[in-house]
Amino acid sequence: MRRMIAAILALALVGLPAAYAVQPDEIMADPAKEARARDLSRELRCMVCQNQSIDDSDAPLARDLRLLVRERIAAGDSNSQVIDFLVARYGEFVLLKPRFERQTLLLWLLTPLALGAGGIALWLQIRRRTRGGANVTPPLTPDEEAKLAELLSDRAKSG
Amino acid sequence: MIAESGHYALVLALALALIQSFVPLIGAWLRDPALMNVARSTALAQMLFVGASFVALVALHVTSDFSVANVYENSHSMKPLIYKITGVWGNHEGSMLLWVSILALFGGLVAAFGNNLPLSLRAHVLAVQAWVASAFYLFILITSNPFLRIANPPIEGRDLNPVLQDIGLAVHPPMLYLGYVGFSISFSFAIAALIEGRIDAAWARWVRPWTLVAWIFLTLGIAMGSYWAYYELGWGGWWFWDPVENASLMPWLAGTALLHSALVMEKRNALKVWTILLSILTFSLSLLGTFLVRSGVLTSVHAFASDPTRGVFILLILCVFIGGSLSLYAARVSSLKQGGLFAPISREGALVLNNLFLTTACATVLVGTLYPLGLEVLTGEKISVGAPFFNLTFGPLFVPLLIAVPFGPMLAWKRGDLLGAAQRLLAAGIVALLALALVWAWAHGGSALAPPAIALAVFVILGSVTDLVERVGLFRAPFGTAMRRARGLPRSVWGTAFAHAGLGIALIGIVCETTWNSEYIGTMKPDDVAHVAGYELKLDGLFQRQGPNFREMIARFEVGRDGESLSVMTPSKRSFTTRGSSTTEAALLTRGASQLYISLGDVTNEGAIAVRIYHKPLVLLIWWGPVLMAFGGLLSLSDRRLRVGAPKPARAQPRLQPAE
Repeated sequence: MRRMIAAILALALVGLPAAYAVQPDEIMADPAKEARARDLSRELRCMVCQNQSIDDSDAPLARDLRLLVRERIAAGDSNSQVIDFLVARYGEFVLLKPRFERQTLLLWLLTPLALGAGGIALWLQIRRRTRGGANVTPPLTPDEEAKLAELLSDRAKSG
Repeated sequence: MIAESGHYALVLALALALIQSFVPLIGAWLRDPALMNVARSTALAQMLFVGASFVALVALHVTSDFSVANVYENSHSMKPLIYKITGVWGNHEGSMLLWVSILALFGGLVAAFGNNLPLSLRAHVLAVQAWVASAFYLFILITSNPFLRIANPPIEGRDLNPVLQDIGLAVHPPMLYLGYVGFSISFSFAIAALIEGRIDAAWARWVRPWTLVAWIFLTLGIAMGSYWAYYELGWGGWWFWDPVENASLMPWLAGTALLHSALVMEKRNALKVWTILLSILTFSLSLLGTFLVRSGVLTSVHAFASDPTRGVFILLILCVFIGGSLSLYAARVSSLKQGGLFAPISREGALVLNNLFLTTACATVLVGTLYPLGLEVLTGEKISVGAPFFNLTFGPLFVPLLIAVPFGPMLAWKRGDLLGAAQRLLAAGIVALLALALVWAWAHGGSALAPPAIALAVFVILGSVTDLVERVGLFRAPFGTAMRRARGLPRSVWGTAFAHAGLGIALIGIVCETTWNSEYIGTMKPDDVAHVAGYELKLDGLFQRQGPNFREMIARFEVGRDGESLSVMTPSKRSFTTRGSSTTEAALLTRGASQLYISLGDVTNEGAIAVRIYHKPLVLLIWWGPVLMAFGGLLSLSDRRLRVGAPKPARAQPRLQPAE
């Protein structure tokens, strides 16, 4: 998609030869720890790229962050400790999934609120209609009245 | 000369659009058919002039006229012809010209095929189309003129961005724009209905096929773009929840909702007011997408602020059209009559539920896309909203929606029988549960959510099949009778079944790809063998090759399974000298619906090369699903009652000639 332009622009800005995301030399010996590192990487943003996780990005900063994540995991940090460490260092911007806080309240709550509000509105509508009863036929417009009169008179003539 | 003619044609198109914006309205006011008919000729002439302008730009690109800035910046004399042509819309100015060309095309189609529309409705619709067109002509002429000349023409161009030198560029943007811009028709019809203060039968009959056309193109365009990203970007991702992708997903979600609510309106004359609102919202989201992509606001709020001419212009267009149409809606909505009562459990009820979930999903994407921008503008704080957020909020909305999908077509209009529908879906449900058990037993590792998701997909697919089986009475009536009935079924019924099944098929692909894909990341030397998902991939060696405007390094892999040789895969890396950049050309090997995927990294000092090899099980289903959905849309479009311009009343039987 046009995201490619973005990706390439980002590349051009950083001015680096293309290389691909996780490099062979970064991989941790312990597959379980490596899997944790990969999962964490997918939640962290490469801050110089456009909306790419560090797992996808080939920018050098992303590589540094990937190595940092693996360093913290090797040092025995839990996943949330790694995240806290990175947020302390780089700010909330590094998280692709923002935390539930005051300034992200609307972001997180919009979906349930929209669904709830829509549901309630529908329910009220249904209640109102079932109470309202019969379907009122809308009155004819003057044009339609004229046409009807014409048709009826035609029929009267021919009949 | 060509550039100036193209420029002039565009100016003339603007003049025509301005005439078309006002004269038909005056005509409708004065009830003067001659003035109202002006819309028809101006729309057709406009289409011709914009078309000429577009052809001029194509000609400039094909002949590599580097005295034109747009050609110089995006073309190269050595570029293959196909990319010279597609390069026309591979840049800002050209893609805006494509946008207005398609807008004019749709306007022209309404003018050409709108003979059976009430005259004043057609005049209003075409006037509204002309408002949109005028705004965008002005935008192009003032801020993004593709025909600008350079004083001292250079000898060679700067070439097109290498990533865009792909067949994907030939298909994806035109498809996407046909979808985006196609929704302008339902928008114009909605505004026309609001201005006239009435929605008549012609309105409903017209809006649905046009929405369907736009929806088919948008579906294919999004799927195509996703596949393009998948093979071109080199890490095998196919959806990134990138704002640019979200910009195309939002009109799709709203458009899908519109498609379903327009159905209720057409068949049952209900949900009129809501359908009008959805028509407005869908096109507003298309405009928003154009703004997001074209203004540079996504790259950074600051980049937008530092060169605001284009962005502010589109933002202005956005505000005028969205604000204006919503105000008009608020002012006139009470004059539109509600009609068609229905019980909550009914076909209409199911479609309302569909609309509730689709619009909520759309709102989720909208807020996720715009929230970081808004927060930064308001508080200066920077946050990111990416894939993990959307997966968590958007995904769950589709679970109830998908469960409801098979029930919808089984329910009768007005008052449905939920229990009856459930009984008919019993078999599908049981098979889905079996699938769940099987996948659970077979799958080791992966998310615990995968087996239920597969079961849901199976339920959706079998639900669609069940609907057909029930309608033709297969297994109950003799086979021949059933087949005859199948042929007699309205095509829209087949369309619904295909589109809904496509949804399930795409879901299976998504779940399998994300859950059970295997990968190998490593450095390989010639004769090394990598093992991925039961395949053996042996690196034969590295070769150099000279392309038309690039050099490439090709790695040759021999692929085998159980000692048996299957095929050869040749991923490569291309370096484009003019831009000094490179692309990875991944190699794909398709086995059934699954694919092996190799992309190359850098060569190390010891002559080894970094490779990433993926096995992506059933990945192709992700795109077959949307293709099936689009096919369903096409079938539905060919339904007799929707055929554009289909004669309404049956022709009078030829009278018997009196005997002489």
